Amino acid sequence: MGIVKRSPWLLHYDGSSCNGCDIEVLACLTPVYDAERFGIINTGDPMQADIFLITGGINTQNQAVVKQLYDQMPSPKVVVAVGVCACTGGVFKECYNIIGGADTTIPVDIYVPGCAARPQAIIDGIIKAVALFQERADEQEANQKGQKTENAALNEAGKETGNGN
Amino acid sequence: MIYRIISIAAFLIFAPLVGGLLSGLDRKISARMQGRIGPSIFQPFYDVRKLFSKQFIVVNPAQVFLIMSFLFTIIFTGCMFFGGNDVLLCFFLLSTGATFLIFAACITNSPYSNLGASRELLQMMCYEPAVLLACIGFYLATGSFNVSDIIQADMPAIVKTPGFFIAFVFILTIKLRKSPFDLSTSHHPHQELVKGITTDMGAKTLGLFEVAEWYEHVFLMGFVGLFFINKNPWSYLVAVIAVLATYFLEILIDNTSARVKWQVMLKSAWGVTLLVAGVNLIILMVV
Repeated sequence: MGIVKRSPWLLHYDGSSCNGCDIEVLACLTPVYDAERFGIINTGDPMQADIFLITGGINTQNQAVVKQLYDQMPSPKVVVAVGVCACTGGVFKECYNIIGGADTTIPVDIYVPGCAARPQAIIDGIIKAVALFQERADEQEANQKGQKTENAALNEAGKETGNGN
Repeated sequence: MIYRIISIAAFLIFAPLVGGLLSGLDRKISARMQGRIGPSIFQPFYDVRKLFSKQFIVVNPAQVFLIMSFLFTIIFTGCMFFGGNDVLLCFFLLSTGATFLIFAACITNSPYSNLGASRELLQMMCYEPAVLLACIGFYLATGSFNVSDIIQADMPAIVKTPGFFIAFVFILTIKLRKSPFDLSTSHHPHQELVKGITTDMGAKTLGLFEVAEWYEHVFLMGFVGLFFINKNPWSYLVAVIAVLATYFLEILIDNTSARVKWQVMLKSAWGVTLLVAGVNLIILMVV
């Protein structure tokens, strides 16, 4: 299909980070980097988002929040961990309240390392996520079509047995 | 009769295309004003295409019905207008459509959505006087509420109704959900309301909402054009230019102003309406 990838909407969530990566994520939207030219919108609404951009590690307090945000996003969806804290826990890894990277709570697809991750790296990560998003959208559509034909076949079979009786 | 059917059919088919392109143009011009490259002007179509292919999460089963009602009322409004019927009736229908949208936002549990709905009601209160006065202005200028009669007038309505036009363009900022009056929902995310009335709309409900907005924008732009159209065929060209200029002005206002509080919106909208349209009304009634 190749058209879904033109409209990736982001949900940005800041876990327990130092805010360095968050500033870099917002820098992607400024005139210098202009992520909107790829159709990217930084939406604040999980129900409308396609790509979950998470910065900072997971702690005991935000674990439930991250899980809920992920669950509220409709499929197909892709998760991008931005910055070394979201990837592994980073410098905060040994802290008493830190559980670890984003992948301790939700399945992460793309890892963007860096402290802080540079806007170029973030955009690169998003573009990789967009390709994956397209792949998943195609898969989902193929599955739906498959289900439809399966249902139709079942109905046909039902009708035939009905006629036979 | 045949002309009416043709223009209704043209509205049904081309309004989403024109509305989507206008919306894409809006994003492109906004980006250029901010020194960015911006997305393709076909971006709104890509967005809606994607929204229809996403998994649909049901927040409240009635939401789809209400959004569908919103869409069909807007389409019907446009058909009435482009079919040459009563402008007053068109705006009553449009308000009915807006009510469906408010219900769709009210029935969800999201506080952002509910707050957006109550702000949408406030917005209706702000723009309705100017809209009704604009219709009355057409009646006083041309002697009829019917679009088919207004376009047959000897001279364009704008000559006698410049005040009504200014008031209508002022409240058009509210109707097009542009800053400084984008209180109920915003095209720009990450503000205090998240996405306002559209917070709990995802996938195909948001897609339907977008399509309804395209139809509504085309209808509103048609109404702006009506101020310039008379029986001279060249007036249609003038109307198109006026519509594009008005749309550009709205984009400019959007990009150069910050959102205001509802008190300011109410005072300024009613102030401008009473002052400009009111004075115009008095002049037309007395002279």
